[in-house]
Amino acid sequence: MSDTTTTPTTTGTDFEKARKKHVSERARAERRLGLMLITPAAIVMAAVTAYPILYAVWLSLQRSDLRFPADSEFVGLRNYITVLSSSLWWSDLGRTVLITVVSVSIELVLGMLLALVMHRALVGRGLVRTASLIPYGIVTVVAAFAWRLAFSKADGGFVPVLFGWETDPLTETWPTIGIAILAEVWKTTPFMALLLLAGLSLVPDELHEAARVDGATAWQRFWKITIPLMKIPILVALLFRTLDAFRIFDSIYILSNTGQNRDVETVSILGYNQLLNQLNLGLGSAISVLIFICVAIIAVFFIKGFGLQTTGERS
Amino acid sequence: MDRKIGRWVAADVVVLVFGLFPVLWIISLSLKTPATVADGRLIPSEFSFDNYSGIFKEGVFTDALRNSIGIALISTLIAVAIAALAAYAIARLEFPGKSLILLSALAIAMFPPISIVGPLYKVWASVGLYDTWLGLIIPYMTFTLPLAIYTLSAFFREIPWELEQAAQVDGATPAQAFRKIIMPLAAPGIFTTMILVFIFAWNDFVFAVSLTSTSAAQTVPAAISQFPGASQFQQPTGSIAAAAVIVTIPIIIMVLLFQRRIVAGLTAGAVKG
Repeated sequence: MSDTTTTPTTTGTDFEKARKKHVSERARAERRLGLMLITPAAIVMAAVTAYPILYAVWLSLQRSDLRFPADSEFVGLRNYITVLSSSLWWSDLGRTVLITVVSVSIELVLGMLLALVMHRALVGRGLVRTASLIPYGIVTVVAAFAWRLAFSKADGGFVPVLFGWETDPLTETWPTIGIAILAEVWKTTPFMALLLLAGLSLVPDELHEAARVDGATAWQRFWKITIPLMKIPILVALLFRTLDAFRIFDSIYILSNTGQNRDVETVSILGYNQLLNQLNLGLGSAISVLIFICVAIIAVFFIKGFGLQTTGERS
Repeated sequence: MDRKIGRWVAADVVVLVFGLFPVLWIISLSLKTPATVADGRLIPSEFSFDNYSGIFKEGVFTDALRNSIGIALISTLIAVAIAALAAYAIARLEFPGKSLILLSALAIAMFPPISIVGPLYKVWASVGLYDTWLGLIIPYMTFTLPLAIYTLSAFFREIPWELEQAAQVDGATPAQAFRKIIMPLAAPGIFTTMILVFIFAWNDFVFAVSLTSTSAAQTVPAAISQFPGASQFQQPTGSIAAAAVIVTIPIIIMVLLFQRRIVAGLTAGAVKG
């Protein structure tokens, strides 16, 4: 790939020749060591993601039902046609997109506010950081249970009692989705805030100071200085959170009674049910591959669409 | 100035309530007696530790706790060891394929786990890894490698490596220079990364619920989601709440002790470009 020797090309004297040879030998040894050191990581990552996803593609082209193993055969794209022509896939996809868009939007606003508090608070900065790391660290299943047990009438939650609700919100579709979004926002806003905090600390104080002297209000400074300078961190945070929210599984599983309530099903739950409850590996793998494609589309959309450069070395 | 401080205090209080309320609620719920667990009160009318003694008496929870601790710790150690080698190479050496490895790590960070659960289930079942510790350790270490590589290489770039040579000039052997100079400088970054990786493994549900089925390898999140009630007609609410509090304790301890490190680790790995 890249030749990394930095020696001058003009080699007049023997001394320089010897030096070049020495440098390139060193460079070669360095390359060897570098490759050796990354090999374990590269092997593990390829073996546990690249191989299974290719296997999933292959399975998705088969009729492969673990309940009827003898019936396995190559069926081409038939599984994809079945999935893409079912209304279930599209309604689950729509619901997943809705949950993703709503929760990430709320998280961006709350996360920015939280990041500003973490960054600028005159008092209790450490306390705020500690308190907001608890949702980040808490087990998602536990968080989902905390919200479910608070809202569920059947489980004796305090919320229905507090507001005197007649019905159980967890037996209705939209309230359940609302609670799932609430659980998601609560759990991941701190993560969003930490990513944004990293960006906030890149905004030089002098700029704010100068703008203040010129008479800009705090609101103007936020929109004209902070936001433009934070474009990249905001996009990185949005990318990671969007992909993460799109994969939403844990909280829906808990709130939908172990994935049984189809009215709040998301694509990950659909895939899980096909794979591990129906044991239909062919159809389930087709769903898995489609989810993978959706995630790739979101990533490409962010990286190309917004000109987001996420790789490469630190400048 | 006083008004300004007042406003920040108000903001602090909002954040504290936002962050802690659900945790306090589940603690309150776990302290209710089995008879009053479904009474819809925010604060228990009478306190009891019955739910806790209940879950520790039954094997399901203690087995799951043992599995969670063992699997998360082993995954953390292996993932951080492998990532440290790669991060050292990325931070200090020039070699072809460096951007490729960073790109693959990034791709895996975005990878939907549900997409490989089916193949893993099938392969694990045929090679005997289904429902074993190793069957979860392998996906956990893989999915934490990107985070670990990015965080560690960010930390390793900050280490003044010249000190190693300086120590050797002063007469230290390479091994001594590494042990006495580099190790202490690298330790905070490695430790921070271990915390982040541990939290990930401790948290996982998708793999746990798909690749385990019995107390041989089921972790706490998977076990809680399938808690049976004490009887057919009783909801396992009290047990769930108590188990939820127990698995949250390690997280709270880590957050309280290492708040600064966790924030530094998450932000170090995050800003690039």
